[in-house]
Amino acid sequence: MMTLHVGLYHFLIVSAMLFALGIYGVITRKNAIMVLMGIELILNSANINFIAFTRFGLMNLTGQVVAIFVIILAAAEAAILLAIVLNVFQQLNTVNVDEVDKLKN
Amino acid sequence: MSPIESTLINLALAVLLLPLAGFAMLIFFGKAIPRRDLFETGIMFVALGLSIFIMIEKVFVLSVPRIDMTIRWIDLGLLGSTQGFVLDVGIAIDNLSAIMLVVVTLISALVHMFSLGYMKGDVRYSRYYAYLGLFSFSMLGIVLSNNILMMYIFWELVGICSYLLIGHWYEKKSAADAGKKAFIVNRVGDVGFFIGIMILFTQLHTVLFKGIFSGIADGQLSDAWLTAAGILIFCGAVGKSAQFPLHVWLPDAMEGPTPVSALIHAATMVAAGVYLVARVYPMFTGDALTVIAYIGVITAFISATIAITQNDIKKVLAYSTISQLGYMIMGLGVGAYSAGFFHLVTHAAFKAGLFLGAGSVIYAMHHEQDMRQMGGLRKKMPITYWCFVIFSLSIAGIPFTSGFLSKDSILAGAFAYGRLSGNYLIPIVAYAVVFLTAMYMFRLIIMTFHGEPRDQHKFEHAKESPAVMTIPLIVLASLSLFFFYSLNPFDPEKGWIPQAVERPESVAPGWQQRTWDIIKIQEITRLHPNLGGSSAVTGQGETGSTGQLQANNNVSPFEVQPGDIVNNTTPYEIILGEVRYPGLELSLSMAVMGILAAFVIYQWKKIDAGKLKESVKPVYTFLSNKWYFDELYGATVVGGTVAFSRMLAWFDNNVIDGIVNGAATVTRLGSSLSGWFDNNVVDGLVNFSAWFTGLLGRETRRIQTGKVQTYIVFALLGAIIIFFAFRQF
Repeated sequence: MMTLHVGLYHFLIVSAMLFALGIYGVITRKNAIMVLMGIELILNSANINFIAFTRFGLMNLTGQVVAIFVIILAAAEAAILLAIVLNVFQQLNTVNVDEVDKLKN
Repeated sequence: MSPIESTLINLALAVLLLPLAGFAMLIFFGKAIPRRDLFETGIMFVALGLSIFIMIEKVFVLSVPRIDMTIRWIDLGLLGSTQGFVLDVGIAIDNLSAIMLVVVTLISALVHMFSLGYMKGDVRYSRYYAYLGLFSFSMLGIVLSNNILMMYIFWELVGICSYLLIGHWYEKKSAADAGKKAFIVNRVGDVGFFIGIMILFTQLHTVLFKGIFSGIADGQLSDAWLTAAGILIFCGAVGKSAQFPLHVWLPDAMEGPTPVSALIHAATMVAAGVYLVARVYPMFTGDALTVIAYIGVITAFISATIAITQNDIKKVLAYSTISQLGYMIMGLGVGAYSAGFFHLVTHAAFKAGLFLGAGSVIYAMHHEQDMRQMGGLRKKMPITYWCFVIFSLSIAGIPFTSGFLSKDSILAGAFAYGRLSGNYLIPIVAYAVVFLTAMYMFRLIIMTFHGEPRDQHKFEHAKESPAVMTIPLIVLASLSLFFFYSLNPFDPEKGWIPQAVERPESVAPGWQQRTWDIIKIQEITRLHPNLGGSSAVTGQGETGSTGQLQANNNVSPFEVQPGDIVNNTTPYEIILGEVRYPGLELSLSMAVMGILAAFVIYQWKKIDAGKLKESVKPVYTFLSNKWYFDELYGATVVGGTVAFSRMLAWFDNNVIDGIVNGAATVTRLGSSLSGWFDNNVVDGLVNFSAWFTGLLGRETRRIQTGKVQTYIVFALLGAIIIFFAFRQF
């Protein structure tokens, strides 16, 4: 009988898929909020990697510590980015990143 | 060097540089100097005074043979050759140069004085005096040089002065042409002179006379070089002293002002050639001396025959000058060294006098030079006339004149040479020239001063010249008398000049000298009663043989007793003593005959000159056309040169120009080729690189969108590429 043994590679594959989805979101979405969500996905894929490495004994506790740092950083970043987006919306009346091109002229 | 010697050297330097200073002052500040002519004349008289002092000190007081001051001019150290390249120059005073110093300054001073009258109101008066000063400086330089190189430099300087002064009235085409002719003909001789100097310098590595002579005496110069150098240096003398075959320039040089003719073309510059021969005399071999003697006698004869037929008063004197220079050269050639130099000195005085006298006549006749227009001037110009007579007697060789002393010792030398060598052609022609000389001089006097005036109008305006012109004549006339040179008017050997200037010992190898110069003969004069004071000659020569002279001896050298007078002498001197009085009588009778002939034909008209002319018409035409020398040179040398030049011009026009044009064409072709290459290949490359860069820029500009998301795509692509590129397979 085949037993499903969940190993490091499964975690890495899930992480890679999350990373790819995050990149895809960042690249394809026009809405700044969606881009922000893509970034969150990328950060979380990295977190999964750290946790997985710690679990399988490759990084001691460092991986978990870093993951906690990343979560804190992500929270801070989300707060700042949302503030920026809110301001942009107030100023330009849009959250479409393609239209925020005032520096170009 | 003792104090008196260094004083003399310093004084000689002062004499040399005074005329140069005068020249510089006149050329640069000529207009600013009041009475600049007197200034220049004064300078020359100061130089004359100093020269006389130097000469008296050197000749009569000091006993050193030679005062020499040499400085190192150029020292290039070792330069390829083992001897290095060193040039020593300097000045020296010996009896020869001391006497020449006085001759040059004296004639120069008198000519300066004469010119005060003659050149009055001339267009280029101050330039005339400047050039005279430059000439005097250069001539004194020739005299004082103790080396052949400096002598050559001054030699060329007198040449350029001669050129400038002949062409003084250069508006006249004949004067300008005569200047050029004199300069070019002199160049011919000077090239030879310079090659001679180069031979001596390359072989002996010195230009000093004493170095050259000691080098030759040590045998450092091979025989072929010695003969070649001697003859080449003599070439210079041939040009400057107007000897055959380069004598053609001197008659034309009479286009210059007459005082210039007196100074340069009669007394000093043309005598420089004779002085040169006297200076380098020790290096001439016997053969070279024979060549010199022949050149001299040929010149003397040719020009004397031409002088008889000339009608221009200055042309007659010019040919007479050439003839007398021929005498001097001949005198040196036959071995009568001191006689040749003595004649140079006396000739300078009387020939300068003749020219100045002629100048006085020309001045009185308002620049008429044709003797056929003159006549009867004796009463109008008594001072000029009597001076002229003295000069003519002197040149003809009549006793109690200076010319008699010097000329007869030359003739005696030629006579002795004829006796010793058996070559009688030289003395015979030399004595014939005495006759011709006397004849043409008195023809000149009779045509100019005697008889009836032929041009009445000019005769009436003629008058005696002013004192500045007659005083030089009187001074020169007195210097043409015997007592300045010898107290005994019949014995030139007792004169102080022949005693001061003795013939130098030859340095050529013994076998190249004349046998009668190197054999020493003991002349024993026994005053014992049994031999009655007879003199005997016996041989004890260096070569041990005395030829035919040995037959005459009757006292053997082994029998010499106390009381005998023993003289070491040469056969030449003995023969000279034997022929002196016969020669003197011969020359005197020739001279008297010449004068008589002139009187018979031109004064008393016993023989009609016109008929005489007709009876020897071919000869007369030949002579009056100057032996067709000018035509001969015109056809051969000048014509040949012109033809050769035409050939060279053709060569230039066709071959050289062709090569140049061909080179131009080839260059143009090459240039257009490389121009095409530049325009197409090089510019193409440049344009292509510009276009390619532009293309690259245009294409890559598109990825610069300014959108973050695009950049992320590229970054991702980059990351993927890097991942695959560095992946470990």
